[in-house]
Amino acid sequence: MTALSLKNLDIFYGEAHITHDVNLEIADGESFALVGESGSGKSTVLKAIAGLAPEWTGEINVFGKPRSHGIDRAFSRQCQMVFQDPYGSLHPRKTVDATLGEALTIHGIGDRSARIEEVMSSVGLDRKFRFRFPHQLSGGQRQRVAIARALMLKPKVLLLDEPTSALDVSVQAEILNLLKRLRQEQNLTFLMVTHNLPVVSFLCDRLAVMRQGRIVEVADVADLKRGDLKDPYSRELMHISAAHAN
Amino acid sequence: MTTLRDWLIDDSPASPMQARLGRFYRIFGALMHNPLAVVGAIIILVLVLTALFAPWIATHDPLRQALGERLLPPSAAHWMGTDELGRDIWSRVVYGARITLAIVTLVAVLAAPAGLVIGVAAGYFGGWVDRILMGITDIFLSLPKLILALAFVAALGPGIENAIIAIAITSWPGYARVARAETMTFKNSEFISAVRLLGASSLRVNLGHVLPLCTSSMIVRVTLDMAGIILTAAGLGFIGLGAQPPLPEWGAMISRGRSFILDQWWVATMPGFAIILVSLGFCFLGDGLRDVLDPKSGEQR
Repeated sequence: MTALSLKNLDIFYGEAHITHDVNLEIADGESFALVGESGSGKSTVLKAIAGLAPEWTGEINVFGKPRSHGIDRAFSRQCQMVFQDPYGSLHPRKTVDATLGEALTIHGIGDRSARIEEVMSSVGLDRKFRFRFPHQLSGGQRQRVAIARALMLKPKVLLLDEPTSALDVSVQAEILNLLKRLRQEQNLTFLMVTHNLPVVSFLCDRLAVMRQGRIVEVADVADLKRGDLKDPYSRELMHISAAHAN
Repeated sequence: MTTLRDWLIDDSPASPMQARLGRFYRIFGALMHNPLAVVGAIIILVLVLTALFAPWIATHDPLRQALGERLLPPSAAHWMGTDELGRDIWSRVVYGARITLAIVTLVAVLAAPAGLVIGVAAGYFGGWVDRILMGITDIFLSLPKLILALAFVAALGPGIENAIIAIAITSWPGYARVARAETMTFKNSEFISAVRLLGASSLRVNLGHVLPLCTSSMIVRVTLDMAGIILTAAGLGFIGLGAQPPLPEWGAMISRGRSFILDQWWVATMPGFAIILVSLGFCFLGDGLRDVLDPKSGEQR
């Protein structure tokens, strides 16, 4: 079954035409990566799916149902997003408890305390962090809170906007392992934006390469690992990444 | 005592209440390290206590006239002397603290929330909502405060209540501007996007998430403005449009003492000192609060 399908998606910011004819099919349970350089429109695609970039034409279907341009509660139970910067994605005056509990209050879900502790333990946060403010947490702990917030409503699809690029290398590995484990445990579908190809190899099944608002290639991660990408731009990206790694 | 302190600064609070109290304790501690803020806080505390316990602190009835004791210089019987109707100036200054405190409190309660709500709405929704609300704000901002307050009091009629309303009407636009600017810096931040993605209504986003971030700068602004509010109220009292006789309002007292300023200096000077002291107290406290609450520098430590 298709979890997410984009058809002829054109996204605008006012006058600016950001993406052209984006077509993607992401299966249920799949982990899919959008890669490309800065300004290629990959984050914008994520924002359009989430509802934060409401000016688009084309079709966005989530589990076969067309998505409206705004944000509605039914959709927020199916699909959540994790942002890039854990320092900017947590409210500075709210405790972890308040941040996680907000989703339950909005959707009128009871059993607050038990649910918060359950999600906290599933993302590997000790319960002693529950009433801390964000400035009392490290970057990795903050990102765990952000992931926990996205999981509070038990969504099927998780949109990940460079979830590790703002973190230290050692913490990056922890968060990537956490995401991999969560995906297996909760059968999540990932759509991840990144410019880090090793992360793609580690976490994803397929990838799409974007350039100047267009998808230039969709490939399996096996192809990436073999260095077998077809489009010249994808190959260039792969070589730059390899040069960086060495 | 140590156990209470340990409980407050505990790194891993066990309840939301403990987390909140701990935060206040840290702010309070930082404030206590700022000598000027402590001086300001003490002055304001003295003002509040004076207002509360005025009947016990005053030595005379502030309204009782004794024409045989007109314009007496400061002495053991009359600590600050007496005015042209033989009333004890010390007692009048003490009771005047009640009026001053009532003015600043009421103006803050009326103007700050109004400015906050209007500013947050304008900043968050943008577009035509912003244009209309800020247009109104700009009209109010373009007129000098005292002149506008004068016009309102002239229209509403002189009196302390109308002076309070007039000052409140002239002070909200400044708060609206600040709140709008703050809201615009926060509204596109990721933590606000995240709450919207959870399905929160605009009302919930604004009241629950944007507004709390604007309150600390609002508290600072209001505290710093208190001095101005006191001076405007005193100014209105001075020209006879604020508190009406025989109310012991400090500005009105200075106004009455003006006629004798060369020969009986104490009549105008004593309430003047009171105004200066309280204004300074609010300024010091406001400066200290700004250092502690400023979202850019404070609270990270």
